[in-house]
Amino acid sequence: MTAAGTRIGVVTFPGSLDDVDALRAVRLAGAEPVALWHGDHDLQGVDAVVLPGGFSYGDYLRCGAIARFAPVMSEVVEAADGGLPVLGICNGFQILCESHLLPGALIRNDHQRFTCRDQRLVIENASTVWTTSYTAGQQILVPLKNGEGGYVAAKETLDELEAEGRVVARYLGSDPNGSARGIAGISNPRGNVVGLMPHPEHAVEDLCGPGTDGLGFFTSVLQSVLARG
Amino acid sequence: MTRVVVDVMLKPEILDPQGKAVQGALPRLGFEGFTEVRQGKRFELTLDGDLTEERLAEVRSVAETVLSNPVIEDFTVTVEQ
Repeated sequence: MTAAGTRIGVVTFPGSLDDVDALRAVRLAGAEPVALWHGDHDLQGVDAVVLPGGFSYGDYLRCGAIARFAPVMSEVVEAADGGLPVLGICNGFQILCESHLLPGALIRNDHQRFTCRDQRLVIENASTVWTTSYTAGQQILVPLKNGEGGYVAAKETLDELEAEGRVVARYLGSDPNGSARGIAGISNPRGNVVGLMPHPEHAVEDLCGPGTDGLGFFTSVLQSVLARG
Repeated sequence: MTRVVVDVMLKPEILDPQGKAVQGALPRLGFEGFTEVRQGKRFELTLDGDLTEERLAEVRSVAETVLSNPVIEDFTVTVEQ
């Protein structure tokens, strides 16, 4: 398989905002972007899936709670259990938590305001399929924009995430949304499912955004898929 | 026709910024002495037919899988007479 033959899908839910940016990030990383639709029971044979940021189904009830029951999500959950790389960004992270693919939940920011800023992160786990282009301890700068980005989980769950190296990224500087232990992103035990509150897809070109630090998530999964053959 | 009410509240240990915002507004309106406000959700479910044990179990299942997120929320189910 060649890089260009690697197909990475991005699901559009009703209310998704960042699906087009995610598709663009996939293309800039060198893979073929594939638009997926929330209402289809079909992943079109893609090699990886991105659940993008924005909103979904109005986020009534709780963020991501209704999207979890979208037709495409039964396919995503099944494929993720089978090892398919899945990245949830912002609302996508919320959907992954509601789907129980990742532990914990995301609640309203502790300071009660929407946060939009360029955020420094440290990549703590550079061995997930979404982070191999980075090195552990590497600092990156990507946009962050959320109203409900406070990561919470039971203390035992947080301890387990830390002990197993499943805290993928952590906020540097002041905690932007009240997340437990400054957690910005986590993975499942296998490392194929990653949820991230900040937006790497908005930092893939010098023309707009705070640089290209975010591109690594997309080149990582491309390399992982190619290495797998 | 039966009505069942499901109340969903954030667990006590989970921070409730919405409730805090409401609490913060009270003194500004002259309401004093409210040491905490917690905000929750109330769902009124109307069912056709009689409420059997089976139907009630189904309501609990709805409350647990859809209406609440057990990671951060608790719920109670009340049958309205």
